[in-house]
Amino acid sequence: MTQSAFTAALLNPDAPAPDGITDPQGRPSPKRFNVYRNNVTTGLGTALEAAFPAVLKLVGLDFFRAAATTFLRAHPPRSRIMMLYGDQFPAFLQSFEPAASLGYLPDVARLEQAIRESYHAADATALPSEAIATLPEARLLTARLRFAPSLRLISSGWPIHAIWSATLHDGPKPQMQPQDVVVLRPGFDPAPHLLPPGGAVFLAALIRNETFVEALSKAPESLDLAAVLTILIQGQAIVGIDQ
Amino acid sequence: MLDTYSTLPCCPGVGYKPQHLAEILANPAPVGWLEIHAENYMGAGGRPLAQTRLLAERFPISVHGVGLSIGGEAALDPDHLARLKTLCDWLNPASFSEHLAWSTHDGAYLNDLLPLPYTNATLSRVCDHIDRVQEVLGRRMLLENPSTYIAFAETALAEVDFLAEIGRRTGCGMLLDVNNVYVSGINQNYDPLGYIESFPLHLVGEIHLGGHDEDRDDADARLLIDSHAKPVVDPVWALYAETIARTGAKPTLIEWDNDVPEWPVLAAEVQRADLILAGVK
Repeated sequence: MTQSAFTAALLNPDAPAPDGITDPQGRPSPKRFNVYRNNVTTGLGTALEAAFPAVLKLVGLDFFRAAATTFLRAHPPRSRIMMLYGDQFPAFLQSFEPAASLGYLPDVARLEQAIRESYHAADATALPSEAIATLPEARLLTARLRFAPSLRLISSGWPIHAIWSATLHDGPKPQMQPQDVVVLRPGFDPAPHLLPPGGAVFLAALIRNETFVEALSKAPESLDLAAVLTILIQGQAIVGIDQ
Repeated sequence: MLDTYSTLPCCPGVGYKPQHLAEILANPAPVGWLEIHAENYMGAGGRPLAQTRLLAERFPISVHGVGLSIGGEAALDPDHLARLKTLCDWLNPASFSEHLAWSTHDGAYLNDLLPLPYTNATLSRVCDHIDRVQEVLGRRMLLENPSTYIAFAETALAEVDFLAEIGRRTGCGMLLDVNNVYVSGINQNYDPLGYIESFPLHLVGEIHLGGHDEDRDDADARLLIDSHAKPVVDPVWALYAETIARTGAKPTLIEWDNDVPEWPVLAAEVQRADLILAGVK
């Protein structure tokens, strides 16, 4: 018995148990091998259910388990740190034929993965809000901002913030529109915030370490800058200002 | 290297679950120490690490790895070993333990404790891996006996002899999981008490107790499945009492990892372990 053969049989439900594996009397026992197969499938499947609660609720348990089982057999974890397992699940959903009519599903999964990443990201101390509010305009324009490692930015052609809120937090019925979301973690609990139109372009430029004025030039003139800054400051996202 | 493999107190401990944090901080007795799964605390930051930091100020901590794949055919993953070292260096746990099992193959992590045949070749490989772990961590480790469901045609050594030889060659201690002894005994057709009597009991640094599920195999024989999702059954409590009658009081963990109950249910299991421990103190 090689661990290669054992692994292949674990991940393929149609394969027989590997040679040389028996009950204590030396008789073949597929049910005994299946304990390991079930442990792997159930363990990884349960991890995915916990990781993607909104996707689970949107499609229901039976559909989710079918998708998760197909996914985990094709994409077992590449890391022993299970807290982020499922990073390829959004891309998998994109090409998962039975979910083809649910165009928003991969982006909702992306948002949920971003929330998990944020939860486990390194701690950082935000600048006090006065430090930003009292900065003279000329200095603000040439500044480059540093952000907390727990910040995640997701742009979507779908109303993912509204779908996520309606699914998990009884938010209002989503209206069809593109939505950009920034996930912020003041303290230990990450939360997604809806950005105003153009906010993601502006924030993405700041994250790339462009200056404030360069980032503004990328955004539409209609950008509600005050709204974006309020979200970032209240979410304790800004940890440094470099000139 | 530390000359001892465990400085856990000889009283009950529990596997730490975040939903029990308030109860554990408010009124932990007779819980005297906590066990954490190493891999759950290898993130960069956030609440899990902050809580562990807080708990480590109050309790001796046992770091229990589930992903090192000591029984794997391939060399140990140096990145994972480095992460373990980082965790052990900042937590300075009272004990580090891992399993006689494998869980990773060719880069895929299978998230289960998979069995290995007991041969001279696997014995050498496991010993090499344990030597490496102890060298990198700078401490002696405890090795846990597994729950198993299958037999290997190529197995040539009894599990107790395999473990005793590992202890002799590497200097590691043993984490004796009494539920695993019972589960494997029923599944592999041997007497669990006979296993305990043949076990290298002088190496035991910690005991695990947990619940299991029950099924039937293809020949309609009892097939017990280690699930950590139920109370400890009476025959396992009896086997535990027999064990500590021979070893004296040992740090004893109640493991409940799936369908985790409210604190009072877990606390009742802890009380029961404490009562049995009191009988040998």
